[in-house]
Amino acid sequence: MGKTFSKPEALSDAHTHYCPGCTHGIAHRLVAEVIDELGIRGRTVGIAPVGCAVMAYNYFSCDFQEAAHGRAPAMATGMKRVRPDLMVFTYQGDGDLASIGMGEIIHAANRGEKFTTIFINNAIYGMTGGQMAPTTMPGQRATTAPMGRDVEKTGMPIRMCELLSSLATPGYVERQTLLKPKYINKAKKAIKKAFEYQEANKCFSFVELVSTCPTNWGMTPQDALKWAEETLLPYYPLGEFKSPE
Amino acid sequence: MAKVLMKGNEAIGEAAIRAGCLNYFAYPITPQSEVAEYLAKRLPEAGGTFVQGESEVAVGYMIFGAAACGERVMTTSSSPGVSLMSEAISYIAGARCPAVFVNIMRGGPGLGGILPSQGDYFQATKGGGHGDYHMLVMAPDGVQEAVEMTMQAFPLAEKYRGPVMIMGDGMIGQMMEPVEFPEDLYVPPTNKDEWATNGMDTRKSDTKNIVKSLYLDPTVLNDHNLLLKSQYDRMKEEEVRFENYNTDGDYQALIVSYGTMSRVCKTAIDEMKAQGLEIGMVRPKTLFPFPEKAIHDAASKPGCKVVVSIEMSMGQMVEDVERVVKGKTPVQWYGQCGGEVPTPQKVMEHIQSLLNS
Repeated sequence: MGKTFSKPEALSDAHTHYCPGCTHGIAHRLVAEVIDELGIRGRTVGIAPVGCAVMAYNYFSCDFQEAAHGRAPAMATGMKRVRPDLMVFTYQGDGDLASIGMGEIIHAANRGEKFTTIFINNAIYGMTGGQMAPTTMPGQRATTAPMGRDVEKTGMPIRMCELLSSLATPGYVERQTLLKPKYINKAKKAIKKAFEYQEANKCFSFVELVSTCPTNWGMTPQDALKWAEETLLPYYPLGEFKSPE
Repeated sequence: MAKVLMKGNEAIGEAAIRAGCLNYFAYPITPQSEVAEYLAKRLPEAGGTFVQGESEVAVGYMIFGAAACGERVMTTSSSPGVSLMSEAISYIAGARCPAVFVNIMRGGPGLGGILPSQGDYFQATKGGGHGDYHMLVMAPDGVQEAVEMTMQAFPLAEKYRGPVMIMGDGMIGQMMEPVEFPEDLYVPPTNKDEWATNGMDTRKSDTKNIVKSLYLDPTVLNDHNLLLKSQYDRMKEEEVRFENYNTDGDYQALIVSYGTMSRVCKTAIDEMKAQGLEIGMVRPKTLFPFPEKAIHDAASKPGCKVVVSIEMSMGQMVEDVERVVKGKTPVQWYGQCGGEVPTPQKVMEHIQSLLNS
């Protein structure tokens, strides 16, 4: 009987530091599978964010740069403009992308930079220990919102796909999630589409993945999946928001 | 090649192209926007890349991303913009990427003004961004030297794998002077396959490269900082540049001055010489590494009663002058900031009053 399942070549042998139940591992694997399927590992450069995925450079087996907090889209711009033949992706969390890096992501998307962004939205700061993110839900507790997010003082959660798809520049913007196998298959398709648009030099491509953070949400992995489906998905609807076609 | 009359800012842009840098990212700011305007037109002709970033913060990281691929890359800005780029400069230094930054200084702090200043000496030579790093900092005294230093900056950035800064000021950026672009200053880029994230296929390798500044293990981070320090120590050995002016004979006072200010001081020194008063000068061409020995030796010459650091700032370089003179001779500061360049007359009056007091 032949081998039916193996680790993608684009993933390294390193053990990740991610918490049990965290969805980063799935997201990494999907990106790696797409890199393998497109046969682009030798000309792919990833950019790690600041946050839980800061050490993503250890987990992929392609070239990697590590950015400052939120600046990955600017680095990707610099890289892609001087080496358009490289396949470039940023991998960013919600604190990184939607807070400190808001300026960089919007302008990169609006310039139509030909790279791909994988956006992990788990509605909280992970690495720094559970502080409120721009994506934190109303009433959701965080270490800097101990009574729950008060939208009177902090505003409503920012929906990045909706925001980016309002730009007039053509682009590919899709939101999927990693909460269940049926969603994971769709997420993989979206990631592949994003890389294919980049390969065709078509447009900026952006895939948001609604994810979990059992540790900082204070839940078991199973409860986290349930909470995300009941609370996050109604506010962060799945689907394709924008396509260059 | 025949000389051409060019504005400093435009000449810096052309010098970058002649040095083989076809990648330029920038954000507009007075008094250096002409570099971006010049290169926005010139780079596409030369087959290069120009991007106007959304902020100096983003530009700093465009530079980082491009430099991390091993490509020659430059940005230009002025004081407030360089403050915003300082975050990226720290990361670039930490990640050991070659990149060229040009600061056409204007008055500060804050928005300050748009006229020439040398108020960013501390920022350029003592950090600016966080952490233990230095940049190699060169300070031209005119358009020709700005061209030459810009061309030299790229191979130097590659030699030390770090950021190099050209410190001009609004006067050098805005004035026109005849310049030539010496072809022999072009040095082909070094091979960067050992570290650059240029894609494994590009370097026909199965091993990935990582460009990063994160070292969580304290021992490893300490070693990394020692490695950086060894580069700065090597700069001190190999890259110190300065000019001595009127120091062959005896002199009663020594001026230390750089950039635009040093040209004013030369005029004042010539004038005082005509009146029978001998004043010497050391002009640092590199602000880091600082010409420590040259200044110490010139200040120690018998008959030299006082050393004056003359700056378009409220006294920044004077701290380094004091440090290297080591008490051999009294050290004083003289200067002016806000955009007005002290006149030769003012410099003369100050030196004469010092020597008469």
